[in-house]
Amino acid sequence: MQVQQRQMRQSPLLTSIVSVILGMLVGAVMMLVAGYNPIQAYIALFTSAFLMPYDIGETIRTITPLILTGLSVGLAFRTGLFNIGVEGQFIIGQLMSVIVALKLDLPPVVHVIVAVIAGAVGGALWAFLPGFLKATRGVHEVITTIMLNFIALYLANTLVRNWLSAGSDSTEKIPESASLRWDVLSSLFGNARIHLGLFLALAAAFVMYYLLWRTTWGFELRSVGFNPQASEYAGMSVKKNLVMSMMISGCFAGLGGATELLGTAEYLSIHGSHTGIGFDGIAVALLGANSPVGILLAASLFGILTYGGSVMQFEASVPYEVIRIVFAAIIFFVAANIVRWAGTKFRKKAVTKDA
Amino acid sequence: MGKQSWGILLLCALLVITAGCGTAGNQGGGNGEEGFSAGLVTDTGGLNDESFNQTAWEGMTRAKKELGADIKPLESKRDDDYIPNLTKFAREKRDIIWGIGFKFNKAIPDVAKQFPDQKFGIVDDSLGGNIPENVVAVTFKEEEGSFLMGVIAGSMTQSDKVGFIGGITSPLIKKFESGFRAGVKAVNPDAKVTVAYAESFTDVAKGRSLAANMYNGGTDIIFHAAGGVGKGLFDEVKTRKKGKYWAIGVDMDQSGLAPDHTLSSMVKRVDVAVFDIMKDIKENDQFPGGKEVQLGLKEGGVGLAENTDKHVPEKVMKKVEDYKQQIIDGKIEVPSTEKELKDFKG
Repeated sequence: MQVQQRQMRQSPLLTSIVSVILGMLVGAVMMLVAGYNPIQAYIALFTSAFLMPYDIGETIRTITPLILTGLSVGLAFRTGLFNIGVEGQFIIGQLMSVIVALKLDLPPVVHVIVAVIAGAVGGALWAFLPGFLKATRGVHEVITTIMLNFIALYLANTLVRNWLSAGSDSTEKIPESASLRWDVLSSLFGNARIHLGLFLALAAAFVMYYLLWRTTWGFELRSVGFNPQASEYAGMSVKKNLVMSMMISGCFAGLGGATELLGTAEYLSIHGSHTGIGFDGIAVALLGANSPVGILLAASLFGILTYGGSVMQFEASVPYEVIRIVFAAIIFFVAANIVRWAGTKFRKKAVTKDA
Repeated sequence: MGKQSWGILLLCALLVITAGCGTAGNQGGGNGEEGFSAGLVTDTGGLNDESFNQTAWEGMTRAKKELGADIKPLESKRDDDYIPNLTKFAREKRDIIWGIGFKFNKAIPDVAKQFPDQKFGIVDDSLGGNIPENVVAVTFKEEEGSFLMGVIAGSMTQSDKVGFIGGITSPLIKKFESGFRAGVKAVNPDAKVTVAYAESFTDVAKGRSLAANMYNGGTDIIFHAAGGVGKGLFDEVKTRKKGKYWAIGVDMDQSGLAPDHTLSSMVKRVDVAVFDIMKDIKENDQFPGGKEVQLGLKEGGVGLAENTDKHVPEKVMKKVEDYKQQIIDGKIEVPSTEKELKDFKG
């Protein structure tokens, strides 16, 4: 029994590792077919993500928002919700923080804190809508959050054009008082755009772990996700917990948007389509098996692949699209749960042999 | 946090260390003794955008052929990629690094400040006048070329309705719009110009639906200045009656997209501009740093596609030539903003 339990616990890690390896194999095959040398490409990819302090800084910068959007999706999954609206909540986070950064005149440290909080609150409120609709009207959150993604995108575009900038396609740069960059940190990494958002992301991972597994409230949230009827019967308020999970999830996503804007871009421009960071969060959560540590690792892997992938294009002239294929293949293998399938086959064979 | 988590962390640390230790292979790629090297970073449109990224790259390949330059492109997938991409080239100490498109107007000054010994070039933006000493800003008088497109459209429309599809609303695209509308007004004051913005440079489907709406509304000639969105216009016009519905391309000769439906294209010689500046650096060691290089009809920076006379009758061509000369001579001041357009008498 104990052995079986341990196997059950190990399986997400095993699934993830095997899926990553298989995904990279698929990418290698693609490269071979297209006439590139996969070994050279992968070496270029991984070494260049860490080549110089600058690259390490930029890799970490790429990882940071993926951690937050991954946590956002992961937390929602844990509480029985499928939050596809991370992208929209991310954009609202960016929007709120850029508004605070540009329109309010505050002293240095206070300014950035208020801007970050505004982003997180904006994301939470944007996620409140689908949560509320699901709780009161039973509208499925997948539908509402997808729609809200588009509303967020075009709302941000409209505000940037008509209010935040004078008819141009992007806002001014935010003042230094609202920036999340820290000179000491940047100079350590060769002036890369690494920023304090990293520590907020790590803190958020701890918050998710502590909240869900170390508090009664977190137990309620998870329990509502597992079985709403039983939770209701046990005296928990399903509706309240549902709305709250959605808002915490949105808060993480909004925080991701805020830190990305205040740390990395430092301005908001009009986007023709979604940034994709929110959607990558779904992949991160899936690969990380919705656990905080898993999400940290998965976000690191995807961040390395994303940043290293663009350098790989530079060093080995392999097109960046190959990296997206690797992404997709990894997700495919995780979702299809190849490992368990192979495991059961193998075990069956072993059993028949024994008999 | 059980034993397992520690195991994972250890594994991760190991991965980072081994990857970090991997020797940094070829860092070079830089310039040899006499060699000249150049790097080009595209905006999110990519190298094959049938637009200014592609023409800029043509200028680079010409530099490879004629100057023996070592050239390399980097495509940006997101706005966040601009700075790392420029930095990669700067670290290689390439002789000049191009950022193509006005979207680079925040990244170029940042990177130029960090690498004061490197030369940079930006196309389509004047950086609000604050051009660092190691940066050259190349801009075009798009309104002048667009004016000639307006002359063609205004003279050839049967329905007195012509259309304009813009990319993202911005001062740059407004230059195209103003010039085009002024050109139409000059030759055909009765014609109505329908204007629509896709608010994207990549959304092909949006371009197609905007074009379809305009054609359905009676418009017979549409000019676009919308990057990749314009492909949608050509997809749409191809399905319509030959000789009645027309499209006008932008940035490069786009007649290949719909040979029987393309009247002309407003070509923007990004290739010439990029090549000339590189040639000056290589052969004369001259670099117009800190300056804005403005190219119009007079400098040959903008103009008509060469095969324009294929579908445009000689009478109209003559008119176009006439207006072109007047602009070059300074007799016509083409408006470049909406405000100037209002005051334009034609």
